[in-house]
Amino acid sequence: MSAYSEFLLRMGDNTLILGHRVSEWCGHAPVIEEDIALANTALDLIGQTQMWLGLAAEVEGKGRTADDLAMLRDAWDFRNVLMVEKPNGDFGQTLMRQFLFDAFHLEMLKGLTTSSEPRVAEIAAKAVKEVQYHVERSGDTVIGLGDGTAESHARMQDALNFMWPYVGEMFASDDVDAEMLSTGIAPDLTQLRIAFDAHVGAVMADATLTIPDSTFAHKGGKSGFQHTEHLGHILTQMQWLQRAYPGASW
Amino acid sequence: MKPEITQIWDWLDQVPDPEIPVISVVDLGIVRGVAWDGDTLEVALTPTYSGCPATSVISMDIETAMIDRGIEKTRIKTQISPPWTTDWLSDKGRAKLEDYGIAPPRTAGGPAHCPRCKSENLDRISQFGSTPCKAQWRCLDCLEPFDYFKCI
Repeated sequence: MSAYSEFLLRMGDNTLILGHRVSEWCGHAPVIEEDIALANTALDLIGQTQMWLGLAAEVEGKGRTADDLAMLRDAWDFRNVLMVEKPNGDFGQTLMRQFLFDAFHLEMLKGLTTSSEPRVAEIAAKAVKEVQYHVERSGDTVIGLGDGTAESHARMQDALNFMWPYVGEMFASDDVDAEMLSTGIAPDLTQLRIAFDAHVGAVMADATLTIPDSTFAHKGGKSGFQHTEHLGHILTQMQWLQRAYPGASW
Repeated sequence: MKPEITQIWDWLDQVPDPEIPVISVVDLGIVRGVAWDGDTLEVALTPTYSGCPATSVISMDIETAMIDRGIEKTRIKTQISPPWTTDWLSDKGRAKLEDYGIAPPRTAGGPAHCPRCKSENLDRISQFGSTPCKAQWRCLDCLEPFDYFKCI
């Protein structure tokens, strides 16, 4: 598979798996406004998935569709970062994961709007507007809960401690990222990390939360080398209908 | 004889948005172009939000509306660039939204006033609403909640 195809899968699998995770809250959130917000965020992410995986399927040129890639690949073919497959935990953990991913996603999409691949730039220009909106809400909620009650503060600090080791993978450059950078398709992850750290640092300061003093990073998701045990469980739920009734449609 | 393009635009302006039926798909600003390709009518649509489920319904509604007017072949072309913006909502559409009880989008980032009582004493309930394009606000004078069409 070409580096470009790998990169498109990374973008589409991140939004697909996170979109599915967030959709698990539908009907279960603490208040209706949050339920609606989570469902809308999930919907945007699934919509972006259709564009990324649609393009990935086209570039692959084997006649597969975005749906085929989403519903008929197995865990080892997925290229999402490990963070997005982590279980939702409590509401605070879900929103912490959302904020950390949104902050990365926003910088990545901003960089992609000037991609040397016009199709990538078009998708990014569309998605960045939605993600700007996502990060406003997830950032506000992290601040509200972090700088909230003793209970909410403690849960948000736990969530940050739990999620932090999954941040590094998003910025760890490998051969695919290096080729995307040299061909001008995607931005420099080192530069993204600087913007990410500034944004996340400011929000965590407002939220009175302490960023763990560790650079340790779990890896293996975006390379497909080793996903967490959670991805297979997500797929059994997400893909069962297409697996049980191949080709079923509305 | 093929209908004139201006005639087609008039017909499209009679196709309602499935979720906000007081405005048409033309008011919504998602029809980016109409052209004949031989005997096939090509309509270029720009989706509002990536995951908005109304988008596929709109494509079907447009095809049905064209068949009703005798156009057998319609091809819907999705055009994502430049991305849709609420700046493309027509003035007619904005007025209709307000009459319907949905505050129209403003670059200032919030509704100008309550669509019911026109009070400017407002409070945001949630950044998200019943559809991807809306947020929930409430009026602190008449106390009614209302939808605000998000500005993007």
